Amino acid sequence: MNWYDILFYAFALITVVSAAGVVLSRNIVYAAFSLLFTFFGVAALYVLLSADFLAITQILLYVGGVLVLIVFGVMLTNRANKVEVKHGGLTLAPAVLVAGVIAGTLIGVLTTTKWPAASFEPYEETARPLGALLMTQFVLPFELASVLLLVALVGAVIIARREKARRV
Amino acid sequence: MIAIEALIKIVVLVVIILTIVAYLVLLERKISAYMQDRIGPNRVGPKGLFQPLADVLKLVLKEMIVPAKANKFIHALAPVISITVAVGALAVIPFANYIVIGGQKISLLIANVNIGVLYILALSSLGVYGITLSGWASNNKYSLLGGLRSSAQMISYELSLGLSLVGVLMIDGTLQLDKITMAQSGGLWNIIYQPIGFLVFVTAAFAETNRLPFDLPEAEPELVGGYHTEYSGMRWGLFFLSEYTNMIVSSALMVTLYFGGWSLPFVNYSALGANLAALVQFVTFFAKLGILIFVFMWVRWTLPRFRYDQLMNVGWKIMLPLAILNLLGTGAVMLALK
Amino acid sequence: MLTDYIPIFLMLAVGAVLGIVMGNINRILGPRRPTAEKLSTYESGMEPIRTARERFSVRFYLVAILFILFDVEIVFMYPWAVNFMSLGWFGFIEMLIFIVILLIGYYYVIKKGALQWQ
Repeated sequence: MNWYDILFYAFALITVVSAAGVVLSRNIVYAAFSLLFTFFGVAALYVLLSADFLAITQILLYVGGVLVLIVFGVMLTNRANKVEVKHGGLTLAPAVLVAGVIAGTLIGVLTTTKWPAASFEPYEETARPLGALLMTQFVLPFELASVLLLVALVGAVIIARREKARRV
Repeated sequence: MIAIEALIKIVVLVVIILTIVAYLVLLERKISAYMQDRIGPNRVGPKGLFQPLADVLKLVLKEMIVPAKANKFIHALAPVISITVAVGALAVIPFANYIVIGGQKISLLIANVNIGVLYILALSSLGVYGITLSGWASNNKYSLLGGLRSSAQMISYELSLGLSLVGVLMIDGTLQLDKITMAQSGGLWNIIYQPIGFLVFVTAAFAETNRLPFDLPEAEPELVGGYHTEYSGMRWGLFFLSEYTNMIVSSALMVTLYFGGWSLPFVNYSALGANLAALVQFVTFFAKLGILIFVFMWVRWTLPRFRYDQLMNVGWKIMLPLAILNLLGTGAVMLALK
Repeated sequence: MLTDYIPIFLMLAVGAVLGIVMGNINRILGPRRPTAEKLSTYESGMEPIRTARERFSVRFYLVAILFILFDVEIVFMYPWAVNFMSLGWFGFIEMLIFIVILLIGYYYVIKKGALQWQ
């Protein structure tokens, strides 16, 4: 085992343990908080895969943006720290069944697929080729992403401002 | 081997920065005093030079108070997040080029990553957590309100911060901070091409570091201490430390992006020999840094604090469009001149 | 390339250790004489009323949503910016379209008064 493997397993462990924390925590604040470490672990795994731009985007957007939103939502909900997240009960059996089927499928696919080993060296710099591709080969998705964001923008404003519209 | 070399550099840098921070606090108190026609701290040591030592000693010997109703774990974790993020950002700042020890070239940059600029932006976006979580964990109304205001402020200005430096990236065509420095080493600093971008960047940096006139998170007349009202001793000290470290990081980023980093025009570094050159560069960098930090302190006693609605308006309705205009203008001019 | 990131991980680790050590140093060096008053939450000298964790304005939430959306757009600009000179006018016009679509949304947000703070 070289240092690369050690790092990989360390970050994989952080990711998996904190992801379990998100699901299993009974306190919704701790659940949101565990997500921070999950995102972090995933970003570190991206770094190990030589995808540095992706890693930094993960941190910028998911940790710096999406999770802030979640934390706001959780913190600002009335008595959020007293909300008991319930586990078990009637839904346990079907949940285990569904999760088991999905896990079985994934493991099956994972073991039967012939994973081709990458034959090329990882890029020295990922941001530049990414930008070049985005602007030439993938122009349409790029511009469509802008439209998608526009829709989300309008939607967010409409949802958040609903009460005002009614009053007027 | 890489790890050991890096660890040595890290420890040296952290010690230097912590010392600088300690003296920045003294400097700020002195500057504040002179601007208000006072003398400032002058009792401990000659001209008050040992004041930082006394301050640290006082903080270390205080009683640690954690409110009974606080969330103990998150209360303890929040300052750790703040300091980790602040110190972590120092890793990619090129303070000088390289030194030669025993015929070996040793870069003075701790981590030469391809995406240095974005790394600092990402870490500064994490700074929100230290503040939000400390406010929430304290279970104090002032703390929570301070933390909340601060996070909304920081994420709002992060947009302008991120947009304003795109102009520099377009000119230099790289995300690496040392390459940006190299590109400016001829003496044509980016500030000449990017005055508007720099203005937006400075404003956003003030807001990101929660300095006056954007220090609403801890506006003392209305929010007591803001998010760190319920902190004492060195845990409070950690927030203080991170605030000053953040100030150093954003000033260092300004030096690198807009003022040529460690380079000085008309200096022939190769004639100096590597080690002497590195020393000159190091001094140059910190001199530039010092000037910018003085501006931070100067502004503090010059401009009154914004009201919260004004703050949000400035961020969203002035800085953001200005940054976009700067970006498009830079692009059009660059292509027209090509 | 990967070796460039080892110092980063180390730097973050050093920062965290620094924080943990300094954050707990008062436990060892400081006195410990807790009283009920000392441990109560500060509320300008009054007895604290209820908990601080109440509901807050939805506007903070809206700011966070808008931030994410604009931030996604900005992240697209970095790979474009480093390629700017080689892409030329073609890339510039592409980005112009991208930004104009964003500005339509921005105009809507402003007109709806979503960023109005009273």
